[in-house]
Amino acid sequence: MTVAGMAPREFLTDRLILGLVALVALVLGMPSLKPLFATLYPGLDRPLYEAESFVRLTLDHMALVGISSLAAILLGGGAGIAVTRPWGREFRGLLETVATMGQTFPPVAVLALAVPVMGFGPEPALIALTLYALLPVVENTVAGLDGVPAPVLDSARGLGMGPAEMLFRVELPLAAPVILAGVRTAVIINVGTAAIASTVGAKTLGLPIIVGLNGSNQAYVIQGALIVAALAVVIDAGFDRLAIWLARWSQH
Amino acid sequence: MIEFERVTKRFGSWTAVDAVSFTVAEGEFRVLIGPSGSGKSTVLRMINRLIPADEGAIRIDGEDIASLKPEELRRRMGYVIQSVGLFPHWTVERNIATVPGLLGWPKARIRDRVTELLELLNLDPRRYRSAYPHQLSGGQQQRVGVARALAAEPRILLMDEPFSALDPITRASLQTELSAIHRRTGTTVVFVTHDMDEALRLGDSIAVMDHGRLIQCASPLDILTRPASPLVRDLVGREEWGLKRLAVETVGDRARRQESAAGEPLAAETPLHRALSEMVARGTERLPVVDGDGRPAGVLHLSDLVRPSTGGTA
Repeated sequence: MTVAGMAPREFLTDRLILGLVALVALVLGMPSLKPLFATLYPGLDRPLYEAESFVRLTLDHMALVGISSLAAILLGGGAGIAVTRPWGREFRGLLETVATMGQTFPPVAVLALAVPVMGFGPEPALIALTLYALLPVVENTVAGLDGVPAPVLDSARGLGMGPAEMLFRVELPLAAPVILAGVRTAVIINVGTAAIASTVGAKTLGLPIIVGLNGSNQAYVIQGALIVAALAVVIDAGFDRLAIWLARWSQH
Repeated sequence: MIEFERVTKRFGSWTAVDAVSFTVAEGEFRVLIGPSGSGKSTVLRMINRLIPADEGAIRIDGEDIASLKPEELRRRMGYVIQSVGLFPHWTVERNIATVPGLLGWPKARIRDRVTELLELLNLDPRRYRSAYPHQLSGGQQQRVGVARALAAEPRILLMDEPFSALDPITRASLQTELSAIHRRTGTTVVFVTHDMDEALRLGDSIAVMDHGRLIQCASPLDILTRPASPLVRDLVGREEWGLKRLAVETVGDRARRQESAAGEPLAAETPLHRALSEMVARGTERLPVVDGDGRPAGVLHLSDLVRPSTGGTA
């Protein structure tokens, strides 16, 4: 899947590459669109969000999504593995309840509850996003591991694989596509939800959106939303690519 | 050698295996047979500790298996199940190499062993080595399953209804191959089935189980001619009893050694029911017999087939 190995037509229609080009162009080129927004919204004094650079906001947004998703993968994946082991089976119901609650809780409420404890800034946002991403990761880890056929497990055990060998050589490779689908859902949700985190002082692409909504500046809202959307497309296409690599890796 | 000494296994209030004792000799092909729920699979799965025994002792070569690490115990045995259970994400080669890999064999030795096993199971290594399980037919998958079980040259092979899901032709050819492999390697085999014809065909000895108890453990001939209970008689069945009776002895057992006759000879290890079929097909009452090296080994007469032998009649 190297870029060099692609035919020109394939290269031009690849979702990942197109998305990346659009994202970079939007992030770097937003200031040059100032005249356009000035024409579209002649009533606005400041048609371009300039309090923070879009490069900074995008990087912070990605960091917030990345760290919270990673935490959700480690926590949710680890917990999903634990409750499918013989020693952790009893906690399965509890874990699924907690993870479902984590998602039914509106992120805004989590943010509001976390602020008095942790203060303003990215920390309450990290907590809220991690909780929010937990459910799809947990659900898919459990479903993926449950889906490994019983005869495969029986023969793995019967041939003398230990618990770790069974998990890493058989169960996780076979469950990987399902787990990856859960991670993908979690990350995509977080790209959108991270925008809301700006209400508690985390610097994300939600900042121009919220400032724009408060100050009736539609241009700000559009500028933030465009980049969030491009980011979501890039990440979604990236997961497509990852799924292909993973399929090859698990057959290794 | 495998020894069971008053082994019991309960699942809740249900006694799956009830104080069972038996011995499987080194190199013996032992078939466990019985109706479903008789405890035969539970017995098999206790040998490699997939199911722990509640009471009694299981010993292998005199060593109590409870004192061994389960993984090490299992790597010393082959294990084949009805649903095959190949690893779907691995090639045929990697599947077969599972146990040698766990034992840390050098790569070159594993590769040679895989080639040897594919040839042993009549699978062309060039064609199948890199294939994935989903690309194989049911029969080919079970061939790989058997190869995987044999990979690390185990002294004991455990097989749980390995051929039950296959069509009759594939089943028959795998039975023949398994017999040949058993003769060649001298591996001790414990084979679970619910099919008496399969048991009579493969077993050196047959253990009949019912409701967790061992009803009878005897040679195929004795199972046919001296059934210990009505259940054993029912398992054998009345239909074609005579042919089953003939099938457990070979031409060599009944040929008249000093005589000679003309015609296409039969191998001494041919089962007697085939010899009968051959006589009907050729319209003759006498067939010449040759030994394993092709030397004349006497003549089989039609009357020899109905002669009451040591085994008696039903």
